Amino acid sequence: MSHPHIGNSVAHPWSGTLASGVTTLSRSDVERIAALAHLELTESETDRFTRQLGEILSYFDRLQQIDTTGVPATTHPVTSAPVMRADNRRPSMPRDEALANAPDSCGDGLFRVPRVIG
Amino acid sequence: MTASSIQTIADIRTAMAEGLTAVDICAQYLERIAAHDGPIHAFTHVAKEQALERAESIDRRGAEDPDLPLAGVPVAVKDNICTRGLPTTASSRILEGFVAPYDATVIDRLTKAGAVVIGKTNCDEFAMGSTTEHSVSGPTHNPWDLERVPGGSSGGSAAAVAARLSPIAVGSDTGGSIRQPAAFCGIVGLKPTYGRVSRYGLLAFASSLDQIGPFALTVSDAATLLQAIAGQDSCDATSAVEAVPAFDAALREPVPNPTIGVPWQILEDGVDPDVHTAFSAAIDVLRGQGAKIVDVPLPHAGYAVPTYYVVAPAEASSNLARYDGVRYAYRAPVDAAGADLTSMYDRTRDTGFGDEVKRRIMLGTYTLSAGYYDAYYLKAQQVRTLIRRDYDTAFERVDAIAMPTTPTPAFGLGERSDDPLQLYMGDVFTASANLTGLPAISLPCGYGASGLPVGLQLTGRAFDEETLLRLGAGYERDAPWWRDTPPAAAIRG
Repeated sequence: MSHPHIGNSVAHPWSGTLASGVTTLSRSDVERIAALAHLELTESETDRFTRQLGEILSYFDRLQQIDTTGVPATTHPVTSAPVMRADNRRPSMPRDEALANAPDSCGDGLFRVPRVIG
Repeated sequence: MTASSIQTIADIRTAMAEGLTAVDICAQYLERIAAHDGPIHAFTHVAKEQALERAESIDRRGAEDPDLPLAGVPVAVKDNICTRGLPTTASSRILEGFVAPYDATVIDRLTKAGAVVIGKTNCDEFAMGSTTEHSVSGPTHNPWDLERVPGGSSGGSAAAVAARLSPIAVGSDTGGSIRQPAAFCGIVGLKPTYGRVSRYGLLAFASSLDQIGPFALTVSDAATLLQAIAGQDSCDATSAVEAVPAFDAALREPVPNPTIGVPWQILEDGVDPDVHTAFSAAIDVLRGQGAKIVDVPLPHAGYAVPTYYVVAPAEASSNLARYDGVRYAYRAPVDAAGADLTSMYDRTRDTGFGDEVKRRIMLGTYTLSAGYYDAYYLKAQQVRTLIRRDYDTAFERVDAIAMPTTPTPAFGLGERSDDPLQLYMGDVFTASANLTGLPAISLPCGYGASGLPVGLQLTGRAFDEETLLRLGAGYERDAPWWRDTPPAAAIRG
């Protein structure tokens, strides 16, 4: 699955604005987010989420009150370097077990999905 | 000690020393669940056959086997932790029918310690929520008042222990999901330091915040359970190399002349008067035991909720991308002739996820998207640094920081289900420990006027669960609230 592009600073045509200090969210914004997140929303879901997500995003605006000039970002609370295990070969999960939970798989050890092209 | 009066790990040890078998203990808890879990709905799956088989194998141990610390002790497991051969659904429709092909590291360690997994417990879907109402199998009810929520997201684990349907349980805590339900259900819940317990086999929600931890009736039992599951694991690169101390031994020694900080300023607004009263009384108990109580400013702690609700959904939107109808369990029915892969993804995710999960996926997708990343995600990560610095400064002069676990006692089922923002505000005292990675424990500290439990939260330095457990054990000796049993419990204490 693809994931929305992260960290790109190119302006996006959302209707939301932070410059004015008040974030607004339109129905078409929610439709666009849902498409990026691979969610096929119903009409009533789109209405409900437009209202709820708008309220939540407005609440986030209070973070803008804090001066964070020069403050480094904390991405992770880990203070020590991650410990890697030795790169030794070991048995992996048997293929039939890995496929056992798939909603649709073929006898020859493959996940089956609807057509991708055309 | 008769089987029907057992409550704690200590009780189980006594009973087994007196001749009861692991099978007797297991059968006793299975009977309690069968008779009393109906109106509570703490369990989503009771592992009757596997548990009895496992108990038999404990009883068959040869005399040459060393004593196992949890021999024959039933443990309830939150349904977002993988248990080989048992359903693991995180209370989501999208994982209905999923049977884990391997055990999480915590399950592996519990098994080696002699514990018996008795069942899987209800939770908010993918651990997102604080009521256990966002579950495909319906809500869990609070054993103190069946019309109220048990808290969440690990509400099933908390309710199971409070109702004496399991002596101990494991849950996961991303923004308070162990401590808040422990507070609402009147039991002990501990979020260990980030990295103290392996996350291997925990269905990921927010990987920089998630941590597995214990539920128990007593501090001693929580310590025994933490001992069994803690420690570095080669399957989780973020699990910490720090040595795990002997918690049981430490409990016998009180902390000499502890200094405990209280951020009185952030308790001024929005805290229920009953919670304030019970909390202040608990602080008096600690003071009476020789603790020095000092005021600590945590100037950025009030921003924990917006910071958390930017960071956690951002991570969730990425972690939950894997549920796409291809590899795990559920795929929405699609018209074979007309459907393509993308419409299968979209329909599966819309019909497989519940509202709260969809809200958070969309919030995270939005805040990580082009043009908004700096304003939301980067900003929140910077505020996260400021919150951590507040705590670092406070810990230069205190051994622990005390707060109520929650601003209110348990509220009514359905009362807040249409107001997600109001629910998020309830995480005001718990979210900081996840953002900073610090350990925090919730202890029962009395009741509000309506007879509902109130929780006392103690936060400690990184990798200093020991101090929290020692302070907790000291408090519990003078304030043994755990001896009270809720009205819907399987036994009356």
